[in-house]
Amino acid sequence: MEQTEGGTVMNNKLKPRRPLKEKHYWEEWTGRIYTSICVVFLIVVMFSIVYFVASKGLSTFFQNGISISEFLGGKTWDPTGEPAFYGALPFITGSFITTLLAALIASPLGLCAALFMTEIVPGKGKKILQPAIELLSGIPSVVYGFIGLSVIVPLLRSIFGGTGVGIAAGCLVLAVMILPTVTSIMADALSALPKGLRESSYALGATRWQTIYRVIIPTTLPALLTGVVLGMARAFGEALAVQMVIGNAPHVPTSLLESASTLTSVITLSMGNTTMGSVHNNALWSMALVLLVMTFVFVILVRLLERRNRV
Amino acid sequence: MFKKLPFILMTLTFVLVLAACGSKNDAGTEGAASNGSGEAATELSGNILAVGSTALLPLVEQAGQKFMAVDEYKNVTVQVQGGGSGTGLTQVSDGQATIGNSDVFAEEKLEDEAKVKELVDHQVAVVAMAPVSNKDAGVEDLTKQQLIDIFSGKVTNWKDVGGADKAIVIVNRPSSSGTRATFEKYALGAKMGDIQGSIQEDSSGNVKKLVSETPGAIGYLALSYLDDSLQVLKYEGVEATVENVEAGTYPVWAYEHMYTKGEPDAATKAFLDYILSDEIQQNDVTELGYIPMSGMKVKRDAAGNVVE
Repeated sequence: MEQTEGGTVMNNKLKPRRPLKEKHYWEEWTGRIYTSICVVFLIVVMFSIVYFVASKGLSTFFQNGISISEFLGGKTWDPTGEPAFYGALPFITGSFITTLLAALIASPLGLCAALFMTEIVPGKGKKILQPAIELLSGIPSVVYGFIGLSVIVPLLRSIFGGTGVGIAAGCLVLAVMILPTVTSIMADALSALPKGLRESSYALGATRWQTIYRVIIPTTLPALLTGVVLGMARAFGEALAVQMVIGNAPHVPTSLLESASTLTSVITLSMGNTTMGSVHNNALWSMALVLLVMTFVFVILVRLLERRNRV
Repeated sequence: MFKKLPFILMTLTFVLVLAACGSKNDAGTEGAASNGSGEAATELSGNILAVGSTALLPLVEQAGQKFMAVDEYKNVTVQVQGGGSGTGLTQVSDGQATIGNSDVFAEEKLEDEAKVKELVDHQVAVVAMAPVSNKDAGVEDLTKQQLIDIFSGKVTNWKDVGGADKAIVIVNRPSSSGTRATFEKYALGAKMGDIQGSIQEDSSGNVKKLVSETPGAIGYLALSYLDDSLQVLKYEGVEATVENVEAGTYPVWAYEHMYTKGEPDAATKAFLDYILSDEIQQNDVTELGYIPMSGMKVKRDAAGNVVE
């Protein structure tokens, strides 16, 4: 089918010489086959991942008979105890608190860096700051975790006392980790702004600060928020670095300096030690399902923001 | 040149896809080969896949390298992977791995008793653990009851167990960890809940770092991790030394198990025998901080009963 289609298009429009036509004919074909294979492969992989996580995660509720409200709302996590408790609320709250705080720290920093690169010192700022920020995103997360454990934890310990591990350390590490995502998306959004807007603002006599504050930020706000949401998505899924500094006690924390857990940290800590098919293992898959659902939510958020951006 | 690019990419994709399928087939045949014995009468050959416990990983890896270097076994490939005791036991009982490495008896981990019965236990080394504290705690010796009080949250200050006036910070393992199971079973005698504010780390390196740096911290580590940066605590007045473990006077230790499904085939058996040979037991095992099986004067079964 594709063969004849491609052939007729060429015949009608270009009327090339014979050898050339044959050549293009093959290129067209291989290109199509190659891309279709990749697309099919990608779709199969994506759907099997979703199916696998969902089937494993849901079996906690349907096979092992743990109620969804107990899982999502239960405050006690004690899978090895008798009787066992499978309440994931401590981890869900831990994940949300660290993610929100990390976004709260990283967003203003990212916005300022992006403004600096695009509005204030566009030439030099971009040349120096851009590579530096891209470098940050290339550092492996275990290195961030180790820096957190060796620098941030002792620092918090000496300032506030106590152990130093906890949500505060976790969100500081995360904030640095998501800074490149937030900054580069914000910088892209700002530099994509039509020049006319900026120039007309200056022509009306506005200062640079007034232009940034009254024109640039309001018009690019949805795109800026996209940066924040994508940063949060990354923070929500980050496991290794957070696991090293957050303390991983399975309790709803009462202060920022208290040991807490996130969904990802519990999964990475326990997955290898549990046997496949056990209730404990299934409960961990349910947490993975919660993470997956949250990722969908973040993607939908970004889509909504993009749509608003276009209007 | 560039017009060939699609072809090249296509071939590459096919190769990748085929390779992915191919490796699966390999695993299948290998599983079959390791289950059925009787072949290889003259020269041993085959693939051995050992999966599981990260605590045992360094020993199996090192022994595997040495094993493959022996001329007699040059056709045997030993592959070693981590993943945790639970993963090891699951994979060996599902037939995906030849050997499942575990820090705990299969009875303690697998829920299905029929699966436990299929597995054959090969104990290759012993690991002992000692309670450790931060140096400023001011305590050198703790009784079993004092440890229970600390880890259950009853005692929260070091001065109550004869130390400095300092809050106790517990650096624990996650509740699913084999190390924690061993410590709770043989040092505390009971499972403990997680205390609000306690810290949990899964890697011994991080536990060591946190205990040595956090004021008032207490944790437990395998003997190979102990050094001067920590205060090693005596248990009921007994020091955690290799001699005391071998003599049976120091109780906080566990076997390192290598499980096979059914009796091992010739190649796997040769590998397990090699690990238990003096060559490995007297050199690698002690070098890496484990205790050799040969020195043990006491034995223990899955229920925790000790016999001389």
